[in-house]
Parts: sequence; C-alpha cells; structure tokens
Amino acid sequence: MGSEIGQAIAAGILGGGVYALMAAGLTLVFGVLDIINVAQGILVVLGAYLSYAISQHLHLDPLAGLVITVPAMFIIGVVIYWLFIRPLRGAERTSMTLLACFAVALIIEGLLYRFFGSGYVSITAWFTTSSIHIFDFYLADSYLIGFGLAVVSMALLYFVLYRTTFGRAVRATMQNQTAARLIGIDVTRVSALTFGIGTAVTAVGGMVYGAISGGFTPNSGYDLISRLLAIVILAGMGSIGGALVTAVLMTTAEALVDIWQPDWSVAVFYAALVIILTFRPAGLFGRRAVRAQ
Amino acid sequence: MTSSQPAAGQPASGTTKPATIKQLETGPSRLLSSRLAAAAGLVVLVAVIGVFPLVFTNATVTNFAVITLIFVAVVSAWNLFSGFSGYLSLGHAVFYGTGAYFLVVAAKDWNITGSAVFWLLPLAGLVAAVIAVPLGLVALRVRRHTFVVITIAYFFIAQLAASNLNVTGGSSGLLPPVPNYAASTFNNPFYYVAMLIAAIAVALAWLIRRSRFGLQLRAIRDDEDRAAGLGVRAMPVKLSALVLSAFITGMAGALWVYFIGEAFPQFVFDPLFDLAVVLMGFFGGLGTVAGPVLGAIVLEPTQQWLYLQETNGYSAEILFGALFLVVILFLPRGVLPTGAEYLTSIRARIARRRRQEGGPPVSVPEPGSQSSAASPPSAPSQPSATAGGTP
Repeated sequence: MGSEIGQAIAAGILGGGVYALMAAGLTLVFGVLDIINVAQGILVVLGAYLSYAISQHLHLDPLAGLVITVPAMFIIGVVIYWLFIRPLRGAERTSMTLLACFAVALIIEGLLYRFFGSGYVSITAWFTTSSIHIFDFYLADSYLIGFGLAVVSMALLYFVLYRTTFGRAVRATMQNQTAARLIGIDVTRVSALTFGIGTAVTAVGGMVYGAISGGFTPNSGYDLISRLLAIVILAGMGSIGGALVTAVLMTTAEALVDIWQPDWSVAVFYAALVIILTFRPAGLFGRRAVRAQ
Repeated sequence: MTSSQPAAGQPASGTTKPATIKQLETGPSRLLSSRLAAAAGLVVLVAVIGVFPLVFTNATVTNFAVITLIFVAVVSAWNLFSGFSGYLSLGHAVFYGTGAYFLVVAAKDWNITGSAVFWLLPLAGLVAAVIAVPLGLVALRVRRHTFVVITIAYFFIAQLAASNLNVTGGSSGLLPPVPNYAASTFNNPFYYVAMLIAAIAVALAWLIRRSRFGLQLRAIRDDEDRAAGLGVRAMPVKLSALVLSAFITGMAGALWVYFIGEAFPQFVFDPLFDLAVVLMGFFGGLGTVAGPVLGAIVLEPTQQWLYLQETNGYSAEILFGALFLVVILFLPRGVLPTGAEYLTSIRARIARRRRQEGGPPVSVPEPGSQSSAASPPSAPSQPSATAGGTP
C-alpha cells in the first residue's frame, strides 16, 4: 500500500508537469487575448497524431519529430487565430470566440476521424516500453522523458516571456491591451504569435500524452480539455505559475483516488473545481499572481 | 418650438403642426394593424404546424419534425436564460439528460406504459428544475468565461455519473417502455406533445421578455453591477431564469428519450447537444423570442439530414463545425437582429429620400432594440414622440 501511494504521487507529479505545459498554453492565450481556447484539447490530440504519423511513416524518433511538429502546430495556431479569432469583435466577443474555438475543435476532430479512424493508437518509441526502479517502485521512462520535456518547454516559455522584448510586449498586452497599443505594441501581431506559441506547446504535450496515455482516439480531446479547463480556472486564469502548481496537485489527487475508486478518479478534477470556486470565485491564484511575478 | 404651450412634453395637443397630427393619427392604427397581422400570422403558423403531420405522413419527415419541435422548446428555454441574462450555458444537456433519465427510471419503477408516460413529463421538468437550484447557486457566483467553464464541468460530471451509477444502468444503458401506437401514425402523439412543450416555451419567453422580470434579466446582461446598483436582486433573478429554463429543458429531454426509445450516457449527455443548442440560438438571434424558433426550425432538420446523408459521422461533424464558423463570422448577431437592422436602414433611406423630394412625411421607424449604426441623423420632422419636447 505504501509503495502504491508513493508510486501514485510520483506519477501524479510527473504527469502534472505535462498537464501544466498544455495548461500554460491555454492560460497564456487567455491572458493575452482574453479568450478561452476550448480547442486546446483537440489540438493536443492533433499534436499526438502528428507525432504518431511521423514515427509511423517517416520512421523518425518521436523526440526528433518534435523538430517538425512544433513549428507545424505553431503555424496551425497562427492560421486559426488569423482566420477565425481576429475577425471577432464587439460586445459578444467573449462567447463568440469560445464558440469559434469549439467549431474549430469539431472540424479538427472530424478531420482526425477521417484520416486516422476511431480506433485507439499510441506512440511507441524507445522510452515507452522501459522503466526504471527507484526506491521500491517503478517509474516508466515515458513519464520521466515527458516531465523533462515539459520542464524544458516551460523554461523556454519563461525565458521568452521574461527575457526578451517580445515577451515584454506579451506581458504588457496581458496587463492592459489599450495601453500596450498606445505605446506602440502591435497587439494583433502579439496576439497571433501568442496563439501560435500556445498551440505549439500542444505538439510537445501531445507527443508526451500519446506516449503515456496508453492509447488515444480523436474523441480524447473532450477528456483533455475538461481537465485543462479545470486546471486553468482553478489556478486563476492567466497565471502560468499557478497552472503548474494546480496541475501537479490535481493529477496527484487523481492518481491517489484512482487507487481506491478507479471509476470516479476523473471526477476529482470537476468536483475540486466546483467546490473551490464556491469559496474562491477568482481561483486559487487569481490574476494578481501574474502581476506580482 | 411651442413656447406658448405649458405642457410641451405632452404631444396629444391639436395645435401643433399638421404633419405631427398626421403622424399621431397614423401611429396607433399602425400599431393596431401590425398587432393584428402578428396575431393572424401566429394563428396561421399554429394551424400549419398543427396539420403538418396529417399532411406529411412519411415517417422520416415526421421524425424530423418531432425532433425539431423538441429543439424549438430547448433552444427557446436556453435562450430564456442564456440569451436574456448573457450567461452562456454550455451545460443544458445536464437538465435535458436529467429529465430523460428520470422518465426512463420512473416509468420502469412505477410500471407506467403507453400514453400515461406523458404525464411524467412535468415531473421530469420539476426534477431538472430542482437540480438547477444548487447548480445555479454555485455557478452563478462567477461570470463570463468562468461561468461557461463551470457549466462544461457540470456536463462532464453528469456524463461521468450517468456512466457509473447503478440507477442509470451505467454504460449499458436503459430502455424506456415502447408505446403500442399504430406504426403508420406512431410519431403523431409525440409530435403533438412536442408541439405543446414548444408552445409553452415560446409563450414563456414572450411573456418574460415583456415583463419586469425580463427587463431585469436584460439589465443584468448589459451591466450586472449597475443593475444591482439600481436595485435588481441579481441572484434570485438569474436563478429563477435558470430554473424555468431547466424545467422546460427537462421536459423536452424526457419526451426525447421516450421518443427515441433508448438511454445511453454518451447520447443522453452529448457535448454536441449543447453546441447545437447554442448554435441555433446564435443563428436566429440571441435574446429574441422568434430567433431560437427560427434557428431550431432551420438548423435541426439540416443537421438531421446531414447525418442521414453522411453516415460516416465525420463529414457531418466537419460540415456542422464549418456551418458554425460561418454563422459566427458572418451573422454574429443572428438572422433576425441583422435582418431587422437591414430593414430599418432601408426604411430610413426611403423616408429620407421622400422628405428630400418634398413628398408627404413618413414617420421614421424606431431603430431596433440594439443600437444600430444605421439610425438616421436627426431630421426636420422627427417622430411624434419627440415633437414639442425640444426647446
């Protein structure tokens, strides 16, 4: 029992890192554009399928395949923004952009069914079948690789946001769009690039998801997006650090509940969401956490 | 302009300019005739819908018609909450599914079959309404994006519960009783019950839109803090709208499950259902009474037909998504408001041209409920309502 709990906690923390990466894309897009990209879930699945296709047809290692999938997902993100998000303005923009993202998600899901069918597939590579033995429990290599990738990506994201001029423009836009425009920031360009970055992280997230989830279908997007939304809302929207902490907390809690109640472990996410928001409507970390950083 | 008159604000005086008198005379009669026309149109519409299944007896057609009427009810009910209050719910499938499961379980446990099952519909609505109270109390504390996401979370909790609880039969599903109606007219009882529910939903939306309650809801939509400052008790108002909406949605869901004759978690709690309802609401025009009806009547048969044509599933999904994008990008405020604005601008242009030609003055129609960019600039002869009011 003790080792089971230890293993659950380890898996929760490692898996949480991956969810944190996907959620970081979502929360970044929310912070800059003030929209909820409900297509993030299906974009992760799309990233997973891209990695799968590359490893199947080009016989490339999925890790090396990231060189192709990350720019590809970035371009897809920019195109989605330019075609479907940018034209939406006016009072109903909040709900319109959300619905536009939903429509994009439907189309992507349909296309994935068209090209890959509805059967389960999973990404196989050198790190998906082995595991290492630490203390008295086993950790799959895919979890470790996934966590490592997530950490590297998050560090990269952090570097871009806090050490570059572009990152400064992004943060300025997050704080006050009108003021950012007044001091000469091209907000549309920043928004497009941010949406691209938020989508590009799904290439990494999707590859890891495809390797650790033990099989995915085009339908997996719903499960993913509901978890990601729970994480982002719970963390307080726009807070990247908060998303990291919340993701780890939630996946660990889920892994622990999974030991006793496998059928209900998914409900942990939603139950926590409803309960915490009852007492803290702004989420655990709120938006102030972003500004304090 | 009429400084000799003390009661300048009262337009009902016979000594102002002739043009104004003329407008005053035409005003009420035009109102009356337009009301008569609307009433006549309504009677014709109800008659057409009423005889529809007697004229078109093809089972596929009446099948579409029943589903469409159910969606008229659901979209109207959804709009009654989301359209009026501005709180976008993507979780109405929870109420729909609750009503559906209640009907199946109650009919099984109480051994109710045949037409008597229809008496369970109000109860199913009541159960959905009761569930809406705690859900609303939590969700309505937050606004905008967060509210939408919480409704999505409700949806997934409900779906998860339906696939894991014993009472719903889990993922193996449940079967409601099958009524022993004659095969040729099997759909007709469902059709008329659906018509009744749809009529109740539309009538309710119409009454609420005209009432103080509806005004409070729309005040909340426009600016909740200001509405609260003006004395609107926001929470009870929002919650009442949600509960009413859930009641109708629950009834419609119960009827739907009795009609299709099976209850599986993935179909009873279907994310596409929520999207379809929202799309229909947006298509017709959010916050209007006729918009949701139009949206359901146009889009639901289209969707059914698409799924019938494209049996592989994904083509219909792609087309549905594309249609959704087209509506959002090109008709962002819906067919009815956009159309009304277009008509207003045309009428205003005609009125202006007539004035310039020196013809008889035509009263400039009032701009629609939404502020329209096409509202005419202030002209010499304004409508009667403001005549004499300006210094």
